[in-house]
Amino acid sequence: MRKNVIFRGKLLPLLLLSPQLAITIVFFFWPAGQAIWSSLLREDAFGLSRQFVGLENFAEVLADPTWRGAAGNTAIFAFSVAILAISAALLLAVQADKSIRGSGAYKTLLIWPYAVAPAIAAVLWLFLFHPQIGLIGRALNAAQIAWDYRLNGGQAMLLVIIASAWKQVSYNFIFFLAGLQSIPRSVLEAAAIDGARPMRRFWTVVFPLLSPTTFFLLTVNLVYAFFDTFGVIHALTQGGPAKATETLIYKVYVDGVENLNLGASAAQSVILMAIVIAMTAVQFRFIERKVHY
Amino acid sequence: MNRVLAERPLEGAASENDPALRASRARQRRGRWLAHGILLLGVLIFALPIWITLVGSSHDVNTIGRGEVPLWFGSHAIDNYIAAWERGGSAVRNTRAVPAGTMLWNSAVMATLIAAGKIAISILSAYAVVFFSFPGRMAFFWMIFITLMLPVEVRIIPTFQVVVDLNLTDSMAGLVIPVIASATATLLFRQFFLTIPDEYVEAAKIDGAGPLRFFWDVVLPLSRTNIAALFVILFIYGWNQYLWPLLIITDTSLETVVVGLSKMIGRGDAQNEWNAIMATAILALLPPVAVVILMQRWFVKGLTETEK
Repeated sequence: MRKNVIFRGKLLPLLLLSPQLAITIVFFFWPAGQAIWSSLLREDAFGLSRQFVGLENFAEVLADPTWRGAAGNTAIFAFSVAILAISAALLLAVQADKSIRGSGAYKTLLIWPYAVAPAIAAVLWLFLFHPQIGLIGRALNAAQIAWDYRLNGGQAMLLVIIASAWKQVSYNFIFFLAGLQSIPRSVLEAAAIDGARPMRRFWTVVFPLLSPTTFFLLTVNLVYAFFDTFGVIHALTQGGPAKATETLIYKVYVDGVENLNLGASAAQSVILMAIVIAMTAVQFRFIERKVHY
Repeated sequence: MNRVLAERPLEGAASENDPALRASRARQRRGRWLAHGILLLGVLIFALPIWITLVGSSHDVNTIGRGEVPLWFGSHAIDNYIAAWERGGSAVRNTRAVPAGTMLWNSAVMATLIAAGKIAISILSAYAVVFFSFPGRMAFFWMIFITLMLPVEVRIIPTFQVVVDLNLTDSMAGLVIPVIASATATLLFRQFFLTIPDEYVEAAKIDGAGPLRFFWDVVLPLSRTNIAALFVILFIYGWNQYLWPLLIITDTSLETVVVGLSKMIGRGDAQNEWNAIMATAILALLPPVAVVILMQRWFVKGLTETEK
């Protein structure tokens, strides 16, 4: 944690720290404090006076059926994205780890979607699934399957899940590949000599050794699905149709920015903060095991 | 030569006479074919939306609007890209169009400033935390660390309020400064600095070099690969910003391309200028994708080392 040989001086280090600290205080701690404070207040209809209401905003948010709906959407959305992106990445990483010709080219061709912004990923999939101009959307309608993600909530959810997972596979792929490459060859050879077939070798030897990576990726993917996919939903469905794809983060935005219901929005923000803190804590509890890889 | 000749019959004997070995070889071959098949499928699924967009951006607006989804390039590519670059595409209900050239420039400036700013302030604070001992050192370190838990999405309204109070809305400073604090980069630099041998510092002290000189002449050159790896990751992070620009930019001359693209689409009407929109989509994803492909080694290093 600390070096034995250090420089003396008290002013210089503070000076070096000051830009980071200034930004952290002004744009992180002050607003976070404001969010917590205003989650305890209520403004009257004209914005003239504010009243301390304690935890009333929280009680109201938690009892609100639209918030509960958004929480349910978020759970379905986040777990679907995480499971889809992790399993696809694991399958691809195991194949790319085999000694086959062109594995370098495959790797390059599988990591680039990481660079695509979530909102742009959404737009790309819109081009495919648009009921009138999209290749797949039109094909589905031609096959007598009524497809319009702008009218059907389930279809809208499916589309935002696909677009969000598509972008995240690359990230998981890179980490699985790193995990696979750090498994000692001797372990695999020992299993092979014992006569274990590839499938059995994977489930009894490789997969357990990858479990710290998998767990780490699960939390990262859930955080991604919670927060970074705002762009996907905003670009693709705006939370619709009929709030079918409204996630918690999207609802904070709608209530705070569009409906200007500051107390409720602040209370929702504080709930989300608690969720992030819990997830980050879980992630750091297991990071020790992960870095040994 | 002799050795090869001597070994060959042995090898041949083993592979022809041992059915177990033969079965295992056949299995390996099947495994390789399966691997190629799965990887190719993955590559195709990844590339499919890009292919459709790339092809779509080379056709005229009516072909796409009628729903005749083309699978091969048309003849309007140059017109479409020039139109998108100079004039911009637009949704029907949204008549104002912003040229893609302007938006790409804004995104490039924003991404570069965010990446450079995050690296600059993080390397300085990590240096202070590792190479100095001063009251409150750990408290400051934890203050920076805790910001990991406060993504902009959970403090939207109050952060927006701060930016309004500071008069930073509709400005490049407002786009960049609020997001350049970086716990991730500080942690990475700190970890790296801890591996610099104490002897280096001792030697510098004996030579009479002060902390700033040591930073400039020793630490900064040693950090080059870390800086490059971080820059790749942070440039992509900056380029892909969405919620923050959406909130604080209303002046179209400062529109960034990711937000601008989603505004062009509006509610996704079939009558949109899809050809120009598709051209803009390609232009918007090209710079970060090129960075990942061209700097793949640094990108992978940056990603696996900076993960929070």
